[in-house]
Amino acid sequence: MNQENTIVANFAISYFRYLDENGICSKELPAYLQDPQHIEKLYKMMAKTRIFDKKAITLQRTGKLGTYPSTLGQEAICVGIGAAMKKEDVLCPYYREYGAQFWRGVRMEEILLYWGGDEIGSAFKDNPHDFPICVPIASQCLHAVGAAFAFQYRQEKRAVVATIGDGGTSRGDFYEALGVAGVWKLPVVFVINNNQWAISVAREKQTASETLAQKGIACGVPSLQVDGNDIFAVTQKVEEALARARNGEGSTLIEAITYRMCDHTTADDASRYRPEAELKAHEKFDPIKRVKQYLLSKGDWDEARESKMIESFTQEVNDAVARYLETPTPPAEVMFEHLYATLPRAYEAQYQALKEGTK
Amino acid sequence: MTAITLIEAVNKALAYELEHDPNVVVYGEDVGVNGGVFRATDGLAKSFGEHRVKDSPLAENLIAGLAVGMSAMGLKPVAEIQFLGFIYAALDQIISHASRLRNRTRGRLSCPMVIRTPYGAGIHAPEHHSESIEAMFAHVPGLRVVIPSSPSRAYGLLLAAIRDPDPVIFLEPTRVYRLMKEEVEDNGEALPLDVCFQLREGNDVTLVSWGAMMHETLQAADELAKNGITADVIDVATIKPLDINTILNSVHKTGRCVIVQESVSTCSVGSEISALIAENALTSLMAPVVRVSGYDTIVPLYKLEKTYLPSKQRILTAVQQVLEFA
Ligand SMILES: Cc1ncc(C[n+]2csc(CCOP(=O)(O)OP(=O)(O)O)c2C)c(N)n1
Repeated sequence: MNQENTIVANFAISYFRYLDENGICSKELPAYLQDPQHIEKLYKMMAKTRIFDKKAITLQRTGKLGTYPSTLGQEAICVGIGAAMKKEDVLCPYYREYGAQFWRGVRMEEILLYWGGDEIGSAFKDNPHDFPICVPIASQCLHAVGAAFAFQYRQEKRAVVATIGDGGTSRGDFYEALGVAGVWKLPVVFVINNNQWAISVAREKQTASETLAQKGIACGVPSLQVDGNDIFAVTQKVEEALARARNGEGSTLIEAITYRMCDHTTADDASRYRPEAELKAHEKFDPIKRVKQYLLSKGDWDEARESKMIESFTQEVNDAVARYLETPTPPAEVMFEHLYATLPRAYEAQYQALKEGTK
Repeated sequence: MTAITLIEAVNKALAYELEHDPNVVVYGEDVGVNGGVFRATDGLAKSFGEHRVKDSPLAENLIAGLAVGMSAMGLKPVAEIQFLGFIYAALDQIISHASRLRNRTRGRLSCPMVIRTPYGAGIHAPEHHSESIEAMFAHVPGLRVVIPSSPSRAYGLLLAAIRDPDPVIFLEPTRVYRLMKEEVEDNGEALPLDVCFQLREGNDVTLVSWGAMMHETLQAADELAKNGITADVIDVATIKPLDINTILNSVHKTGRCVIVQESVSTCSVGSEISALIAENALTSLMAPVVRVSGYDTIVPLYKLEKTYLPSKQRILTAVQQVLEFA
């Protein structure tokens, strides 16, 4: 048989959205997303995340916080993830997922403490299992597959969500994690926050791949795109992927398409590389405006409730900031206290000297 | 009790822990059906099932990163990197995550994992199969680095490494895998980590070594004994954290020290030990500490690898030098 030009495989990537940029819903929503109270919860968490984010930037500008990466414009992704996960699932986040973390019991002051230079910020008093924010790009994807393996091994109905940026999908860790997730059918969901930029490198310069989702196909991982500014689409697709994962059907890759409406971090100046017009053009896709519009159109929201909400979140954030600012710098010797389960004798002298202030 | 080789001791320790701790999972490239390229995991997949003794995809950073996630979620992964020379790709996961997760989360999450890997020259292997880069790991806060030199210590130290609550890099001297046999009771008894083992008692010189070089070091000590020179011989075993006290006590007694290591000399574990002796035992010294090391070169292919490796003769010459120092 002449096998030249025989197509042996075909692939397609689908794109999913419920809510358009005017907040109009084009498809029938699943029942739980028709519940106004649930939608209000999603909306409020997005709003809270944005108020927190804005405050954190102010703190940095006034010298009260270190470098901070904003999540402005990406609130639908993190909040959608947080809402879709069960308590016993595990999150392996990159550094723009505050909305998911808040949903999962991480305290605002913990996030501030972390970026404020204190490891106690990753101790997560009310969240025993989630991984801390991961700074080395993409490396959390491998922790996620390891954690997912642990759940599969113990036959627990738990799943893991790993999140990553568009630039992060260039790294080996990402591909290695997808590879093993596919072949071992691990209960893990990868969510790519495609916010179009990796610091100053635009998505088109990062990879010639037509979509980022298709990177999963090579690994046998079902892959799709969602409108990452549509809280309904994100919540529903992450929910479906998690259900598959918990049912032993393996992993999913979701490319959530969004836009970074901020500098990369407070140490960055995006005007050096990004045309202002591009940013302006994306404002109309704002994920928060969109869901607010939807709520208003259904008569489930009004400006009085809006101002009450803003007032109450501003208070909540301010209280968290106060607790953050009141947290004293830890004593020097804590540097040794969590290095090993018990301090090896070899470091006892250094520890004592630090404690006594003699070295 | 039967006399077994070091590789058999590794196998027995893995089997013992698989048997007694359901959280232990063994995996790596070719470790399942094939039992590992050196047969360290021979028969384990058959005895314990391929869900516990697993072939992993061929990706070293994945192997290390998986261990981070597994161990943070309560498993006890024992991962194999096929040869130490291929671990470089995994350094990021080991250094950025395994060694730091406990500290980063203030003790909330930790990585009780073991990465075992054969290392060292002397088996006529191709490139990247022969290096001794233990110092790279010894440099990293939060890790333990353990190197057995005999079957019994391989058995006891590997058990201890698996049971340890923190990440352990367990380096197995490839050259010793089948070099000797020792009686090892398969009773699940671990040896202590973080301590040196004193293998011989003597008064004239302290010989410090670890891993495969223990072999030449002991031969040198035997040779010296024939000439009436007695040596304290110390197997460092855990090179991080380092039990310097045992070494210092010996140096206080003998006043002379020769460190024997297979790795390059620059920034090596031997450098650290001699610096610590200089800081803490200068007045006991009757001669400068001497390091006998591999050369500061890439480990050559096999025509020259014997030349690269410190020989018994080079050790004896170094001992002569410290004994004759005015
Ligand atoms: C391994 C690694 N290399 C480089 C960096 C420095 N760095 C921090 S963020 C970033 C860009 C990441 O872009 P992307 O993955 O698209 O995520 P985004 O920040 O846009 O959300 C870089 C290069 C890092 N943190 N880790």
